Amino acid sequence: MACENNKSLLRGYFDGELDLVRNLEFEEHLKTCPDCAQELGDQQALRDSLQAANLYERAPESLRNRIRAALPAEARPQPIAMPRRPVLEWLAVAAAILIAVFLGAKVLPNIGGQKQNLVAEEIVASHIRSMQPGHLYDVESTDQHTVKPWFDGKLDFAPPVVDLKEQGFPLVGGRLDYVDHRNVAALVYQRRKHFINVFVWPEESSAAKLPEVQTIQGYNLVYWSHNGMNFCAASDLNIAEIRQFAGLLEQ
Amino acid sequence: MGEQKRGPGPVGTFEQVVLPHMDAAYNLARWLVRNTSDAEDMVQEAYLRAFKFFGGYQGGDARAWVLKIVRNTCYSFFEKNRPAELAEEFDEKIHTAETEQAGAEATLLKSADSRMLREALDELPVNFREVIVLRELEGMSYKEIAEVTGVPIGTVMSGLARARTQLRERLLHARAKEEQGGLRK
Repeated sequence: MACENNKSLLRGYFDGELDLVRNLEFEEHLKTCPDCAQELGDQQALRDSLQAANLYERAPESLRNRIRAALPAEARPQPIAMPRRPVLEWLAVAAAILIAVFLGAKVLPNIGGQKQNLVAEEIVASHIRSMQPGHLYDVESTDQHTVKPWFDGKLDFAPPVVDLKEQGFPLVGGRLDYVDHRNVAALVYQRRKHFINVFVWPEESSAAKLPEVQTIQGYNLVYWSHNGMNFCAASDLNIAEIRQFAGLLEQ
Repeated sequence: MGEQKRGPGPVGTFEQVVLPHMDAAYNLARWLVRNTSDAEDMVQEAYLRAFKFFGGYQGGDARAWVLKIVRNTCYSFFEKNRPAELAEEFDEKIHTAETEQAGAEATLLKSADSRMLREALDELPVNFREVIVLRELEGMSYKEIAEVTGVPIGTVMSGLARARTQLRERLLHARAKEEQGGLRK
């Protein structure tokens, strides 16, 4: 154990926090105090081990992209054209597109390719805007019996509203949004720290069918229709979990 | 809160000031919440908060400013989701047998491998973990750590000393256990 009198000096010396005079004083003291010298050696051994263990955790590239995408445009690095992505991520995007094309071709009749893209981009833009402070919901409630009646009189249809809290996707609110030239319902769900916007609008009003799965600007969209309604879930959550979520909503 | 003022002020733009500290932000969050997916969520949330409050940033140590927001985000997360983490009382008495020989402890500490250090650091209570991370991994001064954690410099010093003692004891303990296990085989 270091000598009691010099404990805090020793710490300050070890961390380089002493002024020059006290630094020199302590070095003089060290020469004659084996206790302090040993304590200093032990501290240094701990520090050396910590340094050698490579404990520093660097931010993954995917997180950087996610944050850049979530920040409003003026905060993003310029130019914003195409962030560099590791090969694997490109492969994932390519795979997602292939899956989307495959499923799109198989399950949904592809009407008006350009139009569906516009709608998908509108949805992504709405999703991003909703993530900006204060834009997420018009009605904040975890109660489906509060959220559902809130839409009465604001829409010409009644969107189905269910809470999926038990399944790990709590409902957090709803708002009016505008997609595909009409007012639509946006239901907001949460998964951990991720928000999922579910856009709901009547089928007959829409000429566009979206691909079942697609990724735009790092956001994943999952589309389906059910009981005469179009649904599109948008989130930065991974596709697997959004599909799981979509499956739950469809039941 | 001056939320609307986001143009380049005298202190630089958000992009210049805040984005470069994402590694530091992630490192702190990862060691505080102890898993990668929560850590990513913490950093994202902290960055959106930082953006919101950037109008109130007066210049000065940007890394400390960002890390303070990251830390607050993590602590709010603990309060909501893992209250036990903040209430964690430290058992200060896991003393290992005193190493008698001069230099024996240093030798043992030096032989601790990366996995052991990781585990020992992970097991520290959150307030000790954070000072070790800020001082030893991030290389911050007492003053900077005080800024991030919102406590006086004297508290940083004493917290750091206790944290180091705990970390050493845990390492020696782990080392001793391994030695015993090795002998039994």
